[in-house]
Amino acid sequence: MSHDLLVRLILLLPLAGAVLLGVLPLFMPALRRREGLIGTIGTSVVVIPFAIATYLFVSYGGDPVTVSYFTWMEAAELSVDFAYRIDELSLIMTLIVTGVGGVIHLYSAGYMHGDPGFWRFFAYLNLFIFAMLNLVLANNLVVLFLGWEGVGLCSYLLIGFWYTDLKNSAAANKAFIVNRIGDFAFLMAMFLIFSELGSLSFDVLLTDAASVLSAETIDYIVLLLFIGATGKSAQIPLFVWLPDAMAGPTPVSALIHAATMVTSGLYLLARMSPIVLETEVVMMIIAVVGALTAIMAATIAITQNDIKKVLAYSTVSQLGYMFMAAGVGAFFVAIFHVLTHAFFKACLFLGSGSVIHSMEHVEHDLEHEGEDVSDFDPQDMRTMGNLQEYMPSTGWTYFIATLAISGIPLLAGFFSKDEILFKAFEYGYDGNTYAMFVWVVGVITAALTAFYMTRSYYLTFMGEERWPLADKIHPHESSWKMTVPLWILAGGSLVTGFLGLPAVIKDGKWNWIHHYLGANYGGPVAEASVSAHVPGSLEWGLIGLSSAIAVGVFFFARSMYLSQGIAFDVSLKERLGGLYELWEHKYRWDDFYDNVVVEALINQISRDGLAPFDSKIVDGAVNGLAGATQESSSLLRRIQTGVVQNYALALVFGVVLVIGLMIFGG
Amino acid sequence: MEVALNWYLGLSAILFSIGTLGVLLKRNAIVLLMSVELMLNAVNLTLVALSQSMGDADGQLLVFFTIAVAAAEAAVGLAIVIAIFRRKLTVDITEINLFKF
Repeated sequence: MSHDLLVRLILLLPLAGAVLLGVLPLFMPALRRREGLIGTIGTSVVVIPFAIATYLFVSYGGDPVTVSYFTWMEAAELSVDFAYRIDELSLIMTLIVTGVGGVIHLYSAGYMHGDPGFWRFFAYLNLFIFAMLNLVLANNLVVLFLGWEGVGLCSYLLIGFWYTDLKNSAAANKAFIVNRIGDFAFLMAMFLIFSELGSLSFDVLLTDAASVLSAETIDYIVLLLFIGATGKSAQIPLFVWLPDAMAGPTPVSALIHAATMVTSGLYLLARMSPIVLETEVVMMIIAVVGALTAIMAATIAITQNDIKKVLAYSTVSQLGYMFMAAGVGAFFVAIFHVLTHAFFKACLFLGSGSVIHSMEHVEHDLEHEGEDVSDFDPQDMRTMGNLQEYMPSTGWTYFIATLAISGIPLLAGFFSKDEILFKAFEYGYDGNTYAMFVWVVGVITAALTAFYMTRSYYLTFMGEERWPLADKIHPHESSWKMTVPLWILAGGSLVTGFLGLPAVIKDGKWNWIHHYLGANYGGPVAEASVSAHVPGSLEWGLIGLSSAIAVGVFFFARSMYLSQGIAFDVSLKERLGGLYELWEHKYRWDDFYDNVVVEALINQISRDGLAPFDSKIVDGAVNGLAGATQESSSLLRRIQTGVVQNYALALVFGVVLVIGLMIFGG
Repeated sequence: MEVALNWYLGLSAILFSIGTLGVLLKRNAIVLLMSVELMLNAVNLTLVALSQSMGDADGQLLVFFTIAVAAAEAAVGLAIVIAIFRRKLTVDITEINLFKF
């Protein structure tokens, strides 16, 4: 079949699903309760594109295919087509989006069961998939931006899905507003590219840009694109929206705020990699920002008690890892980590959703027993414990994904994280000092990651039951719709790492993802070239070091939380003192934004500057004009006497005047 | 003996002036309407006189139209005056000032 039709199907099926599920139940309320029908349609319009993408992936010949449907806008030199591009990078991203997306759709059918907004939820999810596919398949920056804004919109809609709770709406607003800052930078980058290059198509951009543009212009373009990416991908200083975004339903956190949307910043950098590599300064900024974000978020994650908040900060931290990889010129490794992270983080989030679901049942049972449940929080790990016994599938898959993200050897996260650390080390070994700093931070963060994830597993699934009436009330395993996706994702967390075996084995020949994506092998993703190669023995040493750290920290945290439970948090707090408090308060970023940006800057300016300007000058002009009209008309209206003869007199005078002019005026 | 054109025009001017003054000065709405008739007929007289002196029938033809329109106007005008009288019990034009702001 032609690519023309297949790409059309991939894109239009989720859109059709969104329209069908979003519009029909709006007018036919009877349809809203047909959960089986809605779930089947919603899931199949994502699974069929996955099958098509798999076909494209298998039959891909090695040359990028572009399909253009119609010209979207045309004005003077600007011409933007609805054009899509199939190459190695967009294929991998499409497979992640539709594959992980399909699994999460199936899970949602179980998770959202009984919710009055079931149909709305699936309509939003399908719309999200459509926007995300636009983002990864676009062949020019404008269509990419369309998808970029589309996923932002769906993120907003889904964070505020349960909008009757004001807290959720506030979180949705926060996400949307913070993202606007990044989007503005992205727009500026697009303007700059167009004014300097005259085209926004990737065909021109990726081949000519590096040779046509001046070094300074490239610096600015890449910096602006990176600021755009910090918004979407939650990096310092714009990461604050992501932890709050956990207000949305858990499948949303897994799909949008862990596996797909938040990685679009990385996708953008990888897509633009030939240009990004031209600017060493901005690459350094990217790497350092990534490293700082990674370690900051990891330290916050240690102190969180909400199971979803731990995972949220963990996501910010892992995204930081990906930016580290991008900053040392190893874009394919960043995409590799996007792939493995999509599996284990989605698995963790869905596992937490399963836990929350069963804890909500516990809450319900407690209420039934006449307990006071106003303080009960089904997401708080301090009220959980020993869930492994009641929910074996959830427990095992969560455990596998925990090991994978911790970097335990031979699981997915081990390979991708180790490759990032190795690339940073290699780049530093080559003489770029900042990369060494990034490497050190990365190794410390790896240890922290293993610690907080092990903590989260053992507090949730092991130890003693900590909810009230634990001997009477027991949680239950979730339905197959929720456990099957968990096992699929856990399977992915086990095996996807083998797609990118480290360079030391067989001289890198078995690093499939490198050969597939890398520009050196004909792929679309460029990479930094290094002249000084790290000797094999040293590389083995590094692998040994990170394995030892991961395993060591895992067993340390395991023994501590198995023997002491939440008491270990308290002793940790006492030992670390002020530092722990700083982490607990999330480095006071939210306070900073509230006090300095919102209150001091925006509110001050509007209260003291803009409000008087509005009330005095703008309103003054409008009211003054109205007043003058009123004054003059109150004078003029006196000539309207209502007496016919006065009007007739005016008429006669007029006639006399006209005749007089005709006779005497010449 | 033929009457000179100027006499006709003079008479017409006098009639028209009387009519105009009637419209402007009289207070009775019915007299007002009669004055308007007077003005119309002054114009008719001019048309007929000029038509005669120039040997062209067009002017006389136009007069028939004027008479028809004047009849229609008188009918509508009197109907309005009756309607007003029923409501206000007066035909004094200075009392009828509904359009006063």
